Amino acid sequence: MKPRNSGSVVRLAAPLRALAQRFSFLLLVLASIALMMVGRIDALSVDSARARVTDAFAPILDAISRPAATAAHVVESVVEVQNAFEENQRLKAENARLLQWKQAALRLEAENISLRSLLKATPEPSSSFITARVIAAPGSSFLRTLVVTAGRRDGVRKGQAAIAGSGLVGRVIEVGEWSSRVLLLTDINTRIPVVLERSRQRAVMAGDNSDQTRLLYLPPEAPVQVGERVVTSGHGGQFPPGLPVGVVSSAGERGVRVQPNVDLSRVEHLQLVEFTLPGSETEPSSESK
Amino acid sequence: MTLTLWQRLDKTGRNLAPFAVTVMLALAGMIPVPLPGYASVAPFLTAVVVYYWAIHRPDLMGPGTAFLIGLLQDLLTGGPLGVNALVLVLVHWAVSSQRRVLVSSTFALMWFGFGLVMMGVACIQWLAFSALQATVLPFRPALFQALLTMAFFPAIAWMLIRVHRAFLQG
Repeated sequence: MKPRNSGSVVRLAAPLRALAQRFSFLLLVLASIALMMVGRIDALSVDSARARVTDAFAPILDAISRPAATAAHVVESVVEVQNAFEENQRLKAENARLLQWKQAALRLEAENISLRSLLKATPEPSSSFITARVIAAPGSSFLRTLVVTAGRRDGVRKGQAAIAGSGLVGRVIEVGEWSSRVLLLTDINTRIPVVLERSRQRAVMAGDNSDQTRLLYLPPEAPVQVGERVVTSGHGGQFPPGLPVGVVSSAGERGVRVQPNVDLSRVEHLQLVEFTLPGSETEPSSESK
Repeated sequence: MTLTLWQRLDKTGRNLAPFAVTVMLALAGMIPVPLPGYASVAPFLTAVVVYYWAIHRPDLMGPGTAFLIGLLQDLLTGGPLGVNALVLVLVHWAVSSQRRVLVSSTFALMWFGFGLVMMGVACIQWLAFSALQATVLPFRPALFQALLTMAFFPAIAWMLIRVHRAFLQG
């Protein structure tokens, strides 16, 4: 009785297992699709879950990104040694030119201060910096974000501007306890109010996942020149006005494209900037500057 | 056949190797590489790992594990939740439907099979992201990512064979 019973169980179990397995695929596929829906509907709790997981893995990402950065440095320094002579010549010429600009800037600053004191102009918004290291970038064709080593306990908050060297890099979109995520300028979800520096023409800069960005809502007759600088306009209060963003690289029938100032694939450290409007400056910002 | 505690611990540890290797590669795939344009075509390493283990040790890399790894990757990369989970579950499904052919095949055929799977992955990713963004995104980056992942396949597979021999045989 017993052996026969177990035999029938085995005979029954095999197709059942196969069915369960096939069903589990369907279930998992449905679960994935359900998760996509949840991500669209309840973005807030998904964000906090994401921040927790990123926090948990941040130390590992930090550790493994260091040797990679070192290797990149070694390769880069070998290339630099080869070009040291020409680079030196170029830098000397540039330095001479920059010294002239420094004189001009000092003169303008003095003039600016004296004129401001005459006019009682409102002071520039103050800002404080948090410097963070880039530890991860998702290897994906459709995402442009960075994970950096600074979080809530360092004073990072959602919406802060991320700056590296010569310009804006992106904006903080998710904050964990000791790590946070920056949405780059080139991501398809980025929209930044900008102004063309010379013509003062306002526009919205949008990413499209390529290395350059587009300008939206420019009137068709707007005089846009290739090489014109693009800076943040400060509208919307998210970014301070006048942060350099990029340079117009092409203007034509197919829209205006902007080359970001910062090489986004090489960002190693960036500064997260807390920007407070002069009116809302209630808390003492002693550690600013 | 009773195992002592240590033997059981050892066996469990060894059985965790496929999962651990996959998580490690998921993290390694996120190392920022200072090459212009690299980030958009960085190889999709976890697809290689799920493909390999689903052929050779489906008992240790079930569809549930593939789902969990995809979910972890979704959370870490900051992308829409569920896309990588869906992709990896479908990779697992594609492999398990053709497993009998793949498990006894040559390396070249395995590579070719991976190429087909990767093309499917590129299409699914592109469809999912386009649907979630409600726009038609360019397909080229996904295509180049698939090609680069195919180019990386022999190196990753070699490493996985090493891990396989070191931990799971003997």
